[in-house]
Amino acid sequence: MGRTFVGMPPFPTAARTALADTRLRHNLAHATGTIRAKRATVVAEVEDWEDLRGQAAAVKDATLARLDEHLLTLEASLTARGATVHWARDAAEACAVVAEVARTHGVDEVVKVKSMATQEIGLNDALAAQGIAAWETDLAELIVQLGDDLPSHILVPAIHRGRAEVRDIFRTRMAAAGRPAPTDLTDDPAELAGAARLHLREKFLRARMAVSGANFAVAETGTLVVVESEGNGRMCLTLPEVLVSVVGLEKVVPTFADLDLFLRLLPRSSTGERMNPYTSTWSGVTPGDGPQEVHVVLLDNGRTRALADPVGRPTLRCIRCSACLNVCPVYERVGGHAYGSVYPGPIGAVLNPMLRGVGTDPVTDSLPYASTLCGACGDVCPVAIDLPGLLVHERIRVVDAHRADPRPKPEALAMRAAAWALGDARRMSLAERASGLAGRAWRGRGMPGGRRALSWLPFPGSRWTGARDLPVPPAESFRAWWRRTGRDEGTGR
Amino acid sequence: MSARDDVLAAIRAALADRPDAPEVDRAYRTRDPLPPGADVVDLFAERVADYRATVTRCTAPELETAVAAALDGAPRVLVPDGLDLEVPGAVVDADLSATDLDALDAVVTRATLGIAETGTIVLTHGPGEGRRALTLVPDVHVCVVRADQVVPGVVDAVAALDPVRPQTWVSGPSATSDIELDRVEGVHGPRRLHVVLVDG
Repeated sequence: MGRTFVGMPPFPTAARTALADTRLRHNLAHATGTIRAKRATVVAEVEDWEDLRGQAAAVKDATLARLDEHLLTLEASLTARGATVHWARDAAEACAVVAEVARTHGVDEVVKVKSMATQEIGLNDALAAQGIAAWETDLAELIVQLGDDLPSHILVPAIHRGRAEVRDIFRTRMAAAGRPAPTDLTDDPAELAGAARLHLREKFLRARMAVSGANFAVAETGTLVVVESEGNGRMCLTLPEVLVSVVGLEKVVPTFADLDLFLRLLPRSSTGERMNPYTSTWSGVTPGDGPQEVHVVLLDNGRTRALADPVGRPTLRCIRCSACLNVCPVYERVGGHAYGSVYPGPIGAVLNPMLRGVGTDPVTDSLPYASTLCGACGDVCPVAIDLPGLLVHERIRVVDAHRADPRPKPEALAMRAAAWALGDARRMSLAERASGLAGRAWRGRGMPGGRRALSWLPFPGSRWTGARDLPVPPAESFRAWWRRTGRDEGTGR
Repeated sequence: MSARDDVLAAIRAALADRPDAPEVDRAYRTRDPLPPGADVVDLFAERVADYRATVTRCTAPELETAVAAALDGAPRVLVPDGLDLEVPGAVVDADLSATDLDALDAVVTRATLGIAETGTIVLTHGPGEGRRALTLVPDVHVCVVRADQVVPGVVDAVAALDPVRPQTWVSGPSATSDIELDRVEGVHGPRRLHVVLVDG
């Protein structure tokens, strides 16, 4: 069994641990900085970028508005082209379908194309429990799998690892999974990629079954699309006899022609390239070419829950490019593990509460707060998801879900106290006098602009000052100053 | 209820507010995706090379020589059926297994089209291009593209392609950015891509 996100602490606690890891912060700053610059260059080449984003959003919204119809069309097209279509309400059902196909063919190992949907449903562990080995073939996924680690980025799940760490993982762990790493392996990325090539080639050549996701599923023609870089996807989609693709319901687009938007937006947003090295499309079974048995699992697993919220629905436009992670100041410093999900970063902070619901899991409920609401994520999103707006929306849902809690949160108590004090002129004046006394008693230290602030308070104030300064309350309130300087409310002079 | 019925019912319940399906403005399809004044074929050659593929330009009579030069003495060369080009000593694919393919050094194919905007070649795996495994397992791919097959943009390519045929869009050799987001060429697909662009 690999490590799982289950049992991880909520974001603020996990983030504290991550922030203390200077190597992690160095790796993340380097990687996100590189990809941001690449993206900015290739996006600047496309003059009508903003229009493309808007139209892609419109295609997705129009599809989601008639999702049942498009999925039925997709099912019919796939079936007509020789594919078997399965539907899965949740992760367990989807995993069971894949395991059953493997069992039918008597295989004890499958090769995998990098896929967020199969990460989301925990497929590898589910298959392992049935005695089936699932080999990740994407380089970053391989690094994560061999290192018994967790993914921390949508595009580059091993973004938190530097080259020296990758070399150590390959040297110590590859042998147990198959062909060992060369003994003289250095930390040169080209050599590391070469080691992965040799290690995985024997798996590709002998694999009888592959599992993939899909970036897009075209309803009209039953065409599935996988966008990738390394060729491991092509290996999996081409060489084995049996292919099972786990596809989220929201991946459907009505027509092949609609891809002319997404194939321009996705690579530039994701890897910062005009086009990714390889894009594969297939429509069911092609006689004499590629897998002759093709299955497609249409996965709900919370997507209909997201669809039911008219405000949150646009979250389902997401094409998993990870541009929002790369620009997020919180993600850049904390990394992906602290989000406790395969979907980290701003999209994860919105998508996880959407898919799982709020009010039950403290980790999920903490995610919408993992943001400064600076808005950079919304600016780069290729399908124009209003991520900052949705982060606020999710905060509202989390607060609403906890209103009836028997033990209210400290924030709720503070807000209730504030409402009581501010709701009455006499009480407010008393509060002003109290805070004025406090302001005179506490000097604090100087802040830019001349304001004074406290960096430390005893518990429970330490819950606030642990991460932020508390401005020292002014010694005199505005209303007191107004009275003292003789200004009369009526004259306004 | 079956999972299918349940999921469809959940979708219909979720859409009980009957949201409007917004109109999509397809004006983007009429805009030129290329920089002002760019020549489509020149730009294609430039952008293919940008992703560290090798580009050779030649005329039709020079094609065989150009392909031979691109193969650079590779001993075991594979060609698909219907290549319509003489490659001395090449093996013609006859349902070779993946292991057989792995023992070959290079493959020569044609393509269905090229895209200037992105430096992409698109294979649809018919005659002259071969089934998908052919251009995947050998380490060198020499791909012949005629200048009249190059379209300006992704929009033009999508409009011209038959979605029912399997497609492989290739932009440069196999690559990864998975270690520190530095691009490295050469992982699982062909580590060398050589595009022979036939002018005129």
